[in-house]
Amino acid sequence: MIELRGVHKAFGSNRVLQGVDLTIAKGTSMVIIGGSGTGKSVLLKCILGLVHPEQGTITLDGQDVTKGDRDAFLARFGMLFQAGALFDSLKVWENVAFRLRRGQQKLPKDQARAIALEKLARVGLGERVADLFPAELSGGMQKRVSLARAIAAAPEVIFFDEPTTGLDPIMSGVINKLIREIVTEMGVTAMTITHDMSSVRAIADNVAMLHGGVVRWTGPVAGMDRATDPYLQQFIHGRATGPIETVR
Amino acid sequence: MTPAVALARLGRAVLGALAAVGRVAIFAGSIVGHLFRPPFYPREFAQQLLQIGWLSLPVVGLTALFTGGALALQIYAGGARFNAESVVPSIVAIGMARELGPVLGGLMVAARVASSIAAEIGTMKVTEQIDALVTLSTNPLKYLAVPRVLAATLTMPVLVAVGDAIGIMGGWLVGVTRLDFNSSTYIYNTGQFLETWDVGSGLVKGAVFGFIVALMGCYHGMNSGRGAQGVGRATKAAVVAASVLILAANYVLTEVFFSA
Repeated sequence: MIELRGVHKAFGSNRVLQGVDLTIAKGTSMVIIGGSGTGKSVLLKCILGLVHPEQGTITLDGQDVTKGDRDAFLARFGMLFQAGALFDSLKVWENVAFRLRRGQQKLPKDQARAIALEKLARVGLGERVADLFPAELSGGMQKRVSLARAIAAAPEVIFFDEPTTGLDPIMSGVINKLIREIVTEMGVTAMTITHDMSSVRAIADNVAMLHGGVVRWTGPVAGMDRATDPYLQQFIHGRATGPIETVR
Repeated sequence: MTPAVALARLGRAVLGALAAVGRVAIFAGSIVGHLFRPPFYPREFAQQLLQIGWLSLPVVGLTALFTGGALALQIYAGGARFNAESVVPSIVAIGMARELGPVLGGLMVAARVASSIAAEIGTMKVTEQIDALVTLSTNPLKYLAVPRVLAATLTMPVLVAVGDAIGIMGGWLVGVTRLDFNSSTYIYNTGQFLETWDVGSGLVKGAVFGFIVALMGCYHGMNSGRGAQGVGRATKAAVVAASVLILAANYVLTEVFFSA
């Protein structure tokens, strides 16, 4: 279980997070929605320790994420970055097997490659792709490779940062379906950041809306449409008028 | 502007400059500290040996060839004023080995390598590849900066040595074909006054310049701003800083060698 209590983060005078409280139950899929610049990615980076909050606590299974062995902590996570963040200088299979070839549980090259091929197959990519470089792949294929890398070391928690940004609706559907399947079959705790409402409905067990630096609304995805919060309703229906300022 | 305001601005500028020096020093210290602590990345190191060392040979070689040739002509023109044309081979050799080989080689490598390192690491930063490394339990400083700095520090003396040889050859070529020197005499005079320390001091300079080039590339890449403009600025800053530091370090080292 991931718990955030009173998390604050500012960049200069821009107070991005102003007391975020959020609980993500073990084995569930939480989707964070909210407008651009509301701090969704910052929140995710705070959990991973890539950004340090000024106030508040973040715990994973009751343990403060800022304390203890950092490598062991990060080994519990997988992450799909918005733009894929694949390493240009490495082949596709080396990207997928990156974590497997490092650290205390380092695997031999053949074994790591076999696992990478298995994970690539799981996201619908054949062996032919394994020896290509990321620049030779389409955007959708890069997202799939990034997904394969996120699941390669069998993490307990997976973060998805805007997994369908820049993809056509069909490829977005494919990625959403893959994420949902993988989260269910691996039994992982998942946290996804997205603007894409089709992704929210396909991936989420629970939804949290971030606005004004705090969690404005949270609840099960099934209750999202019935909720009366005007901010949430404006966001999920994409209305130009409402309490959320459209010119920021 | 009142004197107080001017003084305050000057003070802020000095403090800013000192803070920047401090940040670079801490960055350099971290890299040196990581050199001796596992994990090591031999594959990345080997790749950087190829990228920084081997692939810089053409540009360093061509620079040295033309510089050696021009140097022979200039020394001949100057020496002729007091009937000292015969010093051309010795002065070309000493000048290339002690000064022009390492400095021009360093500046050419700064242009080629510092820019490339800063652009590559800067792009990795803006495309979140650095964050990805961290989430994959890999220290970006250790994985990206240490192999580059080590490879540049070790390959630069080799590049300088090759540059010295090619530069001397450039002088010989011009001396024999343009200035009517006898080939055997030119080669004999080249070696006659050249001492081991002439070459050795140039190689030491090369190692220091290699460290500076890679350090500036990595530092500015890691601290790159957002977007294409941020990467562009980082690349420019890396080349300018590396070039200025090479020239400054060259003076300091020359002063030290001169005093020794």
